[in-house]
Amino acid sequence: MMNLTRESLEKYNDKSGKEEETNYIKVGMSTCGIAAGSDRVYLSLLDEINNKNIPVKLDKCGCLGMCYAEPMIEVKIENQPAVFYGYVKEEDVPEIIEKSMQGQIIENLVFKSDNIQKKIVLRNCGLINPESIEDYLSKSGYQALKKSIFELNPDLVIEEMKKSGLRGRGGAGFPTHLKWTFTKNVQSEEKFVICNADEGDPGAYMDRSVLEGDPHSVIEGMMIAAFATGSPKGIFYIRAEYPLAIERIQKAINDCYKCGILGSNVLGSDFKFDIEIRLGAGAFVCGEETALIASIEGKRGYPKPRPPFPAVKGLWNKPTVINNVETLANVAYILLHGGESFGSIGTEKSKGTKVFALTGKIKNSGLVEVPMGVTLRQIIEEIGGGILNNKKIKAVQTGGPSGGLIPVDYLDTQVSYEHLDQLGSIMGSGGMIVLDEDDCVVDIAKFYLGFCVDESCGKCAPCRIGGIQMLNLLEKISSGNGEIKDLQRLKLISKAMQKASLCGLGQTAPNPIVSALRYFEAEYLEHINDKKCSSGKCKALNTYLIITETCVKCGMCQKNCPVGAIEGDRTVGFTIKPEVCIKCNKCFEICKFNAIKK
Amino acid sequence: MITETALPQELADYVNEWKAQKGNLIMILHAVQDHYGYVPKDICFTLSKELKVPLARIYEVLTFYNYFSLSAPGKYKISVCMGTACYLKGATEILNAVKAELKIEEGETTEDKMFRLEHVRCLGCCGLAPVVTVNGKVYGKMTKDEFMKILKEYKEKG
Repeated sequence: MMNLTRESLEKYNDKSGKEEETNYIKVGMSTCGIAAGSDRVYLSLLDEINNKNIPVKLDKCGCLGMCYAEPMIEVKIENQPAVFYGYVKEEDVPEIIEKSMQGQIIENLVFKSDNIQKKIVLRNCGLINPESIEDYLSKSGYQALKKSIFELNPDLVIEEMKKSGLRGRGGAGFPTHLKWTFTKNVQSEEKFVICNADEGDPGAYMDRSVLEGDPHSVIEGMMIAAFATGSPKGIFYIRAEYPLAIERIQKAINDCYKCGILGSNVLGSDFKFDIEIRLGAGAFVCGEETALIASIEGKRGYPKPRPPFPAVKGLWNKPTVINNVETLANVAYILLHGGESFGSIGTEKSKGTKVFALTGKIKNSGLVEVPMGVTLRQIIEEIGGGILNNKKIKAVQTGGPSGGLIPVDYLDTQVSYEHLDQLGSIMGSGGMIVLDEDDCVVDIAKFYLGFCVDESCGKCAPCRIGGIQMLNLLEKISSGNGEIKDLQRLKLISKAMQKASLCGLGQTAPNPIVSALRYFEAEYLEHINDKKCSSGKCKALNTYLIITETCVKCGMCQKNCPVGAIEGDRTVGFTIKPEVCIKCNKCFEICKFNAIKK
Repeated sequence: MITETALPQELADYVNEWKAQKGNLIMILHAVQDHYGYVPKDICFTLSKELKVPLARIYEVLTFYNYFSLSAPGKYKISVCMGTACYLKGATEILNAVKAELKIEEGETTEDKMFRLEHVRCLGCCGLAPVVTVNGKVYGKMTKDEFMKILKEYKEKG
């Protein structure tokens, strides 16, 4: 690989933006694609192309974000525009090759995207081969780094970031330029830039997708941060649960060393920068800055009180900038297109775009990147395609275990830091989970709180004790033993945790409950007063009934009941004895005629 | 009584490479777990001497992080994802079905050392929820019945 310098990068700049002229087929090969079978599709394509000597280049790429339609491929032949095919199976391969070479399109596999999304963070994901630095270079790769080093200086870079209005995408939304300024202003030989890739929020996976699909964009962002703050060393802190992301980042780092992007003379300048990878080991609290630092130092991930902030006194007590993957993936774009252009996207206080992992009871699950300011309804209905199985939407949960529930009445709310905050939720790292009428808010609160209790590091009492006490109260309510006073208790403990916990984990852990009590108090009251859970999720509150009109008297329920709680026979029909029933749900599952109600 | 075991060459090399670096412990423990599938006690003794780190410090770190395991895994490690998206779409049912089928709880290994069952926080494949992995191979859009079939195949394969 050649050594890249200011001059040789210039050549790539001329090329970028031009359409590729060769025939190609690209297969989405990120974790989700592979799980859906894209590796097998890739191999069939390879066989077919080799056997029939088809003049087409087969390549791998990252995730396009439409995970529900995986395996996905992109086909570009001759003068035809590129086409995306979704739900591709091995059997489809011969037809795809044959028709494509004749210039035809297979209509029933064609995948059309919406026009609400705007891709900045995911600009290259699914379009380039993440394992090829050449591919990245051909998409204006490392041009922003070149511009920063040779045409700007650290102050001007930070000025540009300030104009852009970019705020941290990890959850708290702290202005990125301020973080950089704090670190820049401290005099120190040693400084660090850390990329926080410990994406622990269950239900969010945009960081994985960027690391797997476009690793160089994160490295470039990190290098610009390092240049602006005067840091010679960078560290990727990645979850060990993301093996493919680790592999691709490592490959990208190695390639950067080989061609002089990393090392003691970056692009031939006197800027020096090295990167290494450190692995996380499955602790949610390590997403918190001070706990993350402790973990890199090889210790238990205990958070520390702030100040001093890591920007001033961080890793090994040296000034440390910590930015999230998505934040860093924005940086090169901002420098290249100018802060003002980025700042023109979004709302007054929230600039640019945000990637959401749209999941739950939604038709089109996947990653979506939208300009700040679009409404939740647009995301759910127009991009997500609405709710699965024609059910009714109940609420949207944003911000994961630190966020809150937003009821259906507020779906026209704009997505931005300030609007979500007003509703008692947060932007968080970008989980967006859609709940339908079959979901129970007490059950969801129990799920999130259970997560936080498990993940609480135990250092401070409000989080360690408060969490478990709240969980016990929720258990009590969902098992039918709740009292009205329990709601007061929940609110009281929530307040104590929010005010007195040491770090973000404890301070935000009560959020799912606080917001559920704000919007869905009636459902809690139903659990407490009527001992009823209308969604049927809280098992202890279910009473199973056989609906006589629907029942065909087949007897399957009686046959499968493990405790003999169903009496009757095939002539008179069946009834369930509630005092014997253990609510195991067997009869409900076995009945093909939906004749069992709970 | 726990005895020290010499590190296999591959690990010894890795330890030498990382020895001089600050904050190396977690990276070294990752290498040990990759090698054995868990972190054996006798290796911890050796590491403690090699790195001049008290055994208590190693134990402290091992027990803090979910990723590290102190007991030998079975031949097949089944991880049921319990991230929010998977949870909503019925991961609990899959988990319970596996428990009932293999007669083990989470974090346990079957007596014949064939299967180990774990739940994981989020595998980041929410678009394919619910997700189960077997030795790292990802099975997406699972149902209880479908996974039981897959489990049966593994059982037959042995």
